[in-house]
Amino acid sequence: MAEEKEEDLFIPRLVTTDEYFASGHRACMGCGEALAVRLVCKALGKNVIIVIATGCMEVVSSQLPWTSWRVPWIHTIFENVGAVVSGIESAYKARIRKGRIAPKEVKFVGFAGDGGTSDIGLQALSGAMERGHDFLYVCFDNEAYMNTGIQRSSATPYGAWTTTAPVGEKQPLGQMTWKKNMPEIAVAHRIPYVATACPSYPLDLMDKVRRGVDIEGPAYIHVLSPCPTGWRMPPNLTIEVGRLAVETGVFPLYEVIDGEYRLSLELPELKPVREYTKKQGRFRHLSDDAIERIQARVEADYARLKSKAGL
Amino acid sequence: MTKMTRRVGLEGSFAVAEAVRMANADVIAAYPITPQTHIVERLAEMIADGELDAEFICVESEHSAMSACVGASAAGARVFTCSAGQGLELMHEVLYIPSSMRLPVVAVAANRALSAPLSIWCDHSDAMSIRDIGWIQMFAENNQQAFDLTVCAFRVAESVLFPAMVHIDGFFLSHVIEDIELPDDDAVRDFIPDYEHPFVLDPDKPVSMGCFAPPFIYAETKKAQEVAFEHTKSELMSVWADFGRTFGRHYSPVEPYKMEDARIALLTMGSYSETAMLAVDEMREEGADVGLLRLRLWRPFPFAELRDAVKNVELVVVLDRAVSFGMGGPVCSEVRAALYQMENKPHVIGFIGGLGGRDIPIAGFKYMVKRAQERVKDKKEEMEETELFGVRE
Repeated sequence: MAEEKEEDLFIPRLVTTDEYFASGHRACMGCGEALAVRLVCKALGKNVIIVIATGCMEVVSSQLPWTSWRVPWIHTIFENVGAVVSGIESAYKARIRKGRIAPKEVKFVGFAGDGGTSDIGLQALSGAMERGHDFLYVCFDNEAYMNTGIQRSSATPYGAWTTTAPVGEKQPLGQMTWKKNMPEIAVAHRIPYVATACPSYPLDLMDKVRRGVDIEGPAYIHVLSPCPTGWRMPPNLTIEVGRLAVETGVFPLYEVIDGEYRLSLELPELKPVREYTKKQGRFRHLSDDAIERIQARVEADYARLKSKAGL
Repeated sequence: MTKMTRRVGLEGSFAVAEAVRMANADVIAAYPITPQTHIVERLAEMIADGELDAEFICVESEHSAMSACVGASAAGARVFTCSAGQGLELMHEVLYIPSSMRLPVVAVAANRALSAPLSIWCDHSDAMSIRDIGWIQMFAENNQQAFDLTVCAFRVAESVLFPAMVHIDGFFLSHVIEDIELPDDDAVRDFIPDYEHPFVLDPDKPVSMGCFAPPFIYAETKKAQEVAFEHTKSELMSVWADFGRTFGRHYSPVEPYKMEDARIALLTMGSYSETAMLAVDEMREEGADVGLLRLRLWRPFPFAELRDAVKNVELVVVLDRAVSFGMGGPVCSEVRAALYQMENKPHVIGFIGGLGGRDIPIAGFKYMVKRAQERVKDKKEEMEETELFGVRE
């Protein structure tokens, strides 16, 4: 996809000026996750209840006695977003049915990072998806435990340096395992809507959020959220690196609606993975061999995804 | 006492389910664990039969059960859950949340021993591990109380905005059928009025719940919680007084049995109180000045009531159904701490018994009283002298 066309995608005047995630929060400069949260909230509007896991976005937005949230918002602990959102949705269902409150349209949404989703919160999320609650879950994936200081998670990509997958003489690779494919885990629950998104493609992200909340039943959106602090890159590269993740096929954008795969962008040719990795300090140590292994894996995964989409 | 009542034979689990039905709970979230299962099975049946209009969230763990209760309560629903043993342990992290966020979740624990070795049978190890969670906690000694205290739990929790838990002994109460008196549904509904939490998750009135606290403000939040929690005792006592007026059964934080003129007091919690009463009857007939104190309220701890109850007593014999390893019996050490400030404090001798469902016969309580007297005579009161009753050496 040509650079010019991407620029055309960004049409600020189509986006509401209302902000539900207020400025003044404590996120790092260039935080891709804060940007993604802001865009998701714009798409959700005000008739929403947000449940958030412990993590970067909770900590930067809710230090007592302040809050950045202009919509009802609850945080309790790290690993239970799926369960808390189940409780809220059930409470509304019961109270409306029993005439305790007047019927109203409320969207129930869970937010968590990659650790809160694919590691410690996976069980609660899986339970909520299986039970079929009407909610949207958004995973903001910055590919490590950034809030605690860049420790590896199961969403950390192969070959990335983190503080608990360090690069050393005997372990020259950093992270030695491949990124857990969380969207596919969501798809395996046979829920009506699964998508991947990235704040580098803001309108696509917001469209997916609207589709996700409008569909009845569980919806899951996995948002790659570039993290300058943890990815060891300058903060002005957030958007660019997000685009490169997509253009190289490292993080393809797609939707799975009622089991039907649909690629969100047509990429006739993938850019070399090296263009993505070379911008980030976390991949600086990688040998040519290692990058080739990543390249081969990305191509195979992308081919598999294309065939699922009938391409 | 003009209300309609009916006498029925119910196991403790079904008695609890009746209380939840009459309380008209909106959301129930629970995960099955022996010996709590009959409670959730009965509730699921009531919902399936249309006797109770509630959402039943069949969660995938106890951790999620309490988390779902927290969410539902934050959205204004009347919520209930129940668990036991390992389940309460898995729930542990989340148990602190409703008390800190002032959400009136109601729970019943069918008390069970903790692994390892695995035991599904009753003791109070699970209850003792959750002493400090900031919930109102009561202990029932029979199925009537399991019903009554669950009803009271809803009323007090919603009036003070703290969660409340009723402990019923697993199997001893949960699975034993007793003759109990069930009030009319309407009487219970009148007793537990509809409530509106002042701050619910509602897009029309956005609030942020569960913000994080750096050192400059965390301690203030905990002080506010402790001050408010202390107040729950007087509120619970007025709920119990109203319950007594309405239903004719009376509860108090420390309930005496044959304590007038007693010089020795047994102290128990839960179903062994009834065995201990029989032991007191026998010992009284044999001429001993023994009475029984039943700790109905466990949190907030009834310091004043306990001191008042033992002011003329020379010896308190405490039965624990849990071990605090390296420390003895947890109830005994709390009783000692509570009485320490008294000028003429009684001797306090602790026994641990009934672990993992082990039986304590009437003779067991008589032995404990006799043995405690000997130990006072031998001046053996130290913690390390805590005796495990009825253990094969």
